[in-house]
Amino acid sequence: MNRPGLLGDMLDLTGQHFVLVVASMLIAVAIGIPLGILLTRKVPLRGWVLGFANVMQTIPSLALFGFLIPIPLIGGIGKRTAIVALVLYALLPILRNTLVGILGVDPAVRESAVAMGMTGRQLLFQVELPLAARTILAGVRVATVTTIGTATIAAAIGGGGLGVFIFRGIASVDTTQILAGAIPAALLALLSDGGIGWIEKRFSAA
Amino acid sequence: MGGSPVAVRGEPLDGSLMAAVEFRRVSFSAGGQVILDQLDLSVEAGETLVLLGRSGSGKTTALKMVNGLLFPSAGEVLVDGRATTSWELIQLRRSIGYVIQEVGLFPHLTASENVGLVPHLKGWPVERIESRTRELLEQVDLSPVQFADRYPRQLSGGQRQRVGVARALAADPSLLLFDEPFGALDPVTRLELQNQFLALRDRLRKTCVFVTHDVREALRIGTRIALLDRGRLETLATPEQFLKSLGTQTRAFLAVLDGERHAKGDQPESRA
Repeated sequence: MNRPGLLGDMLDLTGQHFVLVVASMLIAVAIGIPLGILLTRKVPLRGWVLGFANVMQTIPSLALFGFLIPIPLIGGIGKRTAIVALVLYALLPILRNTLVGILGVDPAVRESAVAMGMTGRQLLFQVELPLAARTILAGVRVATVTTIGTATIAAAIGGGGLGVFIFRGIASVDTTQILAGAIPAALLALLSDGGIGWIEKRFSAA
Repeated sequence: MGGSPVAVRGEPLDGSLMAAVEFRRVSFSAGGQVILDQLDLSVEAGETLVLLGRSGSGKTTALKMVNGLLFPSAGEVLVDGRATTSWELIQLRRSIGYVIQEVGLFPHLTASENVGLVPHLKGWPVERIESRTRELLEQVDLSPVQFADRYPRQLSGGQRQRVGVARALAADPSLLLFDEPFGALDPVTRLELQNQFLALRDRLRKTCVFVTHDVREALRIGTRIALLDRGRLETLATPEQFLKSLGTQTRAFLAVLDGERHAKGDQPESRA
């Protein structure tokens, strides 16, 4: 690999990495928050769903990527499989914080909302979600930061991203390449942590 | 029956005065425990009926049956002559004001947003909500300029409770429910708010059901007092009659006043 091309590769792979993370997080949020809300209403489901999300978290990430490869439709080599694995990882913190955030709303506040004649939907959107927003965002933040790190493993199954540098650097014992992957990943993580943290603080009025 | 209740509501076909709220042999049990036992009680339009009792006497349970937060296990509760089970619940609740201890304000909404919530739910135009909110804050002695944009955590306990009262009055309901609204306040603020409650009630002519465990509060503000003991109605009387009542639980409550009187040489308060 010629050195002048390194910067170009870095931009390229950072872009890929970013796309992986954003796609995974969008899907994880789109599944995690509604599912979390559902769990606040359906108590019997809670143990099963949280159990599943917990088990997903305990599988070592490299193994999870490997497990998915032979599975039809969601498996195979490439980005799609990587995104499925990242979503499975990101789900738990989002799910759990949505549940905890909503269940943490003062029962007296919830009761007075019902007593004032709010419909279930109004209760959710005007009271429960605004009051749980901070906790939910904290979950999204944790999930995002972890996903940025875990996404480096996507390269192992052909998912691209900054992991490409890291795996290549390890294979060729080239510290420059490892750093070219690790530093942008760390910067991405710091930036998103700060960014989502800032949004979180905006909700501190509640 | 105490006083002459002001008839502000329609009369049923048989010509008798329709009660604002009526409990008909209402029982309620939860988890194998009987909380209310065949309660018969009616609240006349314009009166303030106080539900007095110790913790666990069923008074709050009875109150929550009026706006359909709970339903009887047996018997029925009628509001405006209609069983709560046959009301459209959302509509029933929006037509009844509800005040609970200070924690019931929405922490993420300002004082004026809290007050304007039911009008907002009812789809009033924005200008009307705004003018109504200002009017109500003034009615409970909170200057709108100073307090409208404050969040509940920026208000004192007494101010929060005033906002709670304003909120309950927002859509001009003829029936108001109070669940130990002044319970968490210091005695001086409590007295101020009781006075304000009396002034507002007399001016606005609302029917009120008021839950408390404080016998002095009951005697001050009630036009009638219903004393509940372990889910049963022991005494139903005007404050004057209540002082002479012989029920065991009633005597126990009155002993609180006697105790104070003996300790300080006071007269028990009554709203004469």
